[in-house]
Amino acid sequence: MPTLSPRLVLAQLGRLVRTHAFRLASLYFGVFAASVLGVLLFVYWMSADFVERQTQATLDAEIAGLAEQYAQRGLSGLVQIVAARSAGDRGDGMLYLVTNSDGHPLAGNITGWPAGTPVAPGAIAFNFAAKVKGETQMRPAQGALILVPDGYRLLIARDISDAALFRERIKLTLLWSGLVALVLGLIGGAVMGRNLLRRVEQVNRTAERVMRGNLSDRVPRKARGTSDEFDQLAANLNNMLDQIERLMGGMREVSDNIAHDLRTPLARLRARLELSLIDAPEVGAATDAIRAAIDEADRLLATFNALLNIAEAESGARRNEAEPLDLAQTARAAAELYEPVAEEKGCALTLDVEPGIMIRGDRHLLSQAVANLLDNALKYGGGGVTLSAHQHDGRAALEVSDSGPGIPEDEREAVFDRFVRLEPSRSTPGNGLGLSLVRAVAQLHDGTVALGDNGPGLKVRLEFAALG
Amino acid sequence: MKLLVVEDDRETAAYLVKGLCESGYTVDQSGDGREGLYLASSGSYDAIILDRMLPGMDGLAMLGALRAADIGTPSLILSALGSVDDRVKGLRAGGDDYLVKPFAFSELLARVEALLRRGAAGTATTKLRVADLEMDLLTRSVRRGDTALDLLPREFQLLEYLMRNAGHVVTRTMLLEHVWDYHFDPQTNVIDVHVSRLRQKIDRNFARPLLQTVRGAGYCLRAPD
Repeated sequence: MPTLSPRLVLAQLGRLVRTHAFRLASLYFGVFAASVLGVLLFVYWMSADFVERQTQATLDAEIAGLAEQYAQRGLSGLVQIVAARSAGDRGDGMLYLVTNSDGHPLAGNITGWPAGTPVAPGAIAFNFAAKVKGETQMRPAQGALILVPDGYRLLIARDISDAALFRERIKLTLLWSGLVALVLGLIGGAVMGRNLLRRVEQVNRTAERVMRGNLSDRVPRKARGTSDEFDQLAANLNNMLDQIERLMGGMREVSDNIAHDLRTPLARLRARLELSLIDAPEVGAATDAIRAAIDEADRLLATFNALLNIAEAESGARRNEAEPLDLAQTARAAAELYEPVAEEKGCALTLDVEPGIMIRGDRHLLSQAVANLLDNALKYGGGGVTLSAHQHDGRAALEVSDSGPGIPEDEREAVFDRFVRLEPSRSTPGNGLGLSLVRAVAQLHDGTVALGDNGPGLKVRLEFAALG
Repeated sequence: MKLLVVEDDRETAAYLVKGLCESGYTVDQSGDGREGLYLASSGSYDAIILDRMLPGMDGLAMLGALRAADIGTPSLILSALGSVDDRVKGLRAGGDDYLVKPFAFSELLARVEALLRRGAAGTATTKLRVADLEMDLLTRSVRRGDTALDLLPREFQLLEYLMRNAGHVVTRTMLLEHVWDYHFDPQTNVIDVHVSRLRQKIDRNFARPLLQTVRGAGYCLRAPD
């Protein structure tokens, strides 16, 4: 497990923030949060307003009732009805008080004029002392003050402590449900983003594998029945890949078929030339011409054979010939084969091989790949050539490096293609198929081949999965 | 020396017969596996050259039937299939050598000659000798005249193969196959360099060179006339 340094975490976070899925998930969360907030505010406002209006309506009805009583029966009637209504606890929270001009109570269920409350007609809010289970408690009330002629005051109010409590309850409930909704929204956004990211990632990974040469790879699709946009995208990409593979296969097949079909007549041609040599004189212009023609035919045959070899490796037909083998031994044998060639060219061939690197592979193809790499290094690289083979972290790596001119970075991919030869090497003999075979062999072994800078020179690295 | 060629491609068969006849062999030819088996059953041939794919009876089956009848005539399998697996199958079925089409006639000739020698010799020797060049297989030492030659292991193997086939042409492909066990053609002719190294050791300080290059074919180690 990698250590989580803050810098690493920041880098990963930065990468996450830049993803489209993250932005989409954030947007989703933002809209979700805003709508949840809106709904909650609306609910709160509606319920608070409802309570308020109910209180007001009760008060209005009471005022209207009392005003009627006063009009019919005068002050004494008013005092009488207030006294009647104040008697006993009716549980509706209504408060009444009739006082004279000094504020002295004549009737009502409030003990006295609430302290500090101005005497002004109209809406009024105050605190009053209420007796709850033998204890005096200050409670909020809201109501209206009506000035009756002759300086009498009539206070009608309602205990609003229950309403305030109700409002608090609503506030708390809404706050909690809002929080829960936001957390759920956050989780939903994250899940949505992750799913989206994962499916985009699947497409990306497939594309990468295809670009690395695994043309038969396809974008995974969900189970049947759910064909969403991603499935459609996957289907379209897969169709496109099918077509590309078919086209490339067709192209390759054509060149392979040409190689295969031309091989036989070319061999006959060569045989006739060879037989004609039997009767020809040992020296002479005609004999030399025949020998030159045979050499040319041999070169063509070698090219065709190389093409067919690559085709065979690429087809994977030899996959079942893989067996456990020692890459170090293969490397040493190839180096031994080429050592005199290096010496003849004045190159130092250095062998840096760790013993016992077991991989699963086809010895003949791997030998040929290594031979091709050494051949190239000695032909085009020169200087000091090093062949190294090492094992590290379950990977077996074989490297051939030279100190020649190297290959410019933008041309490194192209040299793997068939018949590609770079400008400076066109004059030397060769068919431009060596690295094509190397790559075909690497792919056949589920390995990789990469060209790098040896500063100066070229470094070719083959990598395979090591055994055990 | 009497050879049997079993090959259904008429053009290839014709040039094989022509070339082998001109090289001094008596050649019978058949284009069919069953007929080939019938001819070969007489046991009167010194070597058989047979194609892998044949009408009537597959080349490998024909060879298997022949070997089952206890007829051990040395045989060379020709095939358009080039993979190592096919080579192994061919040799397992009782073939003595395997040559991939298309081939150079000189290559075929060199291999047929090697087959004929193998049929003749067969006895285990501990010493090989060509003119004044002597190889002791037990002590793994080589001397020419009175001079002991110091060879690297691979040079020793190379010389041993050349000495076992002394007087006959050995092709580069044969050397790659028998000395290095490589079944492919390297782009650069690495064999030439190895042979010239060996030549330095066995011929340089001596008046009469033994190791000769045969143009268009390969090499030959032989005592000078």
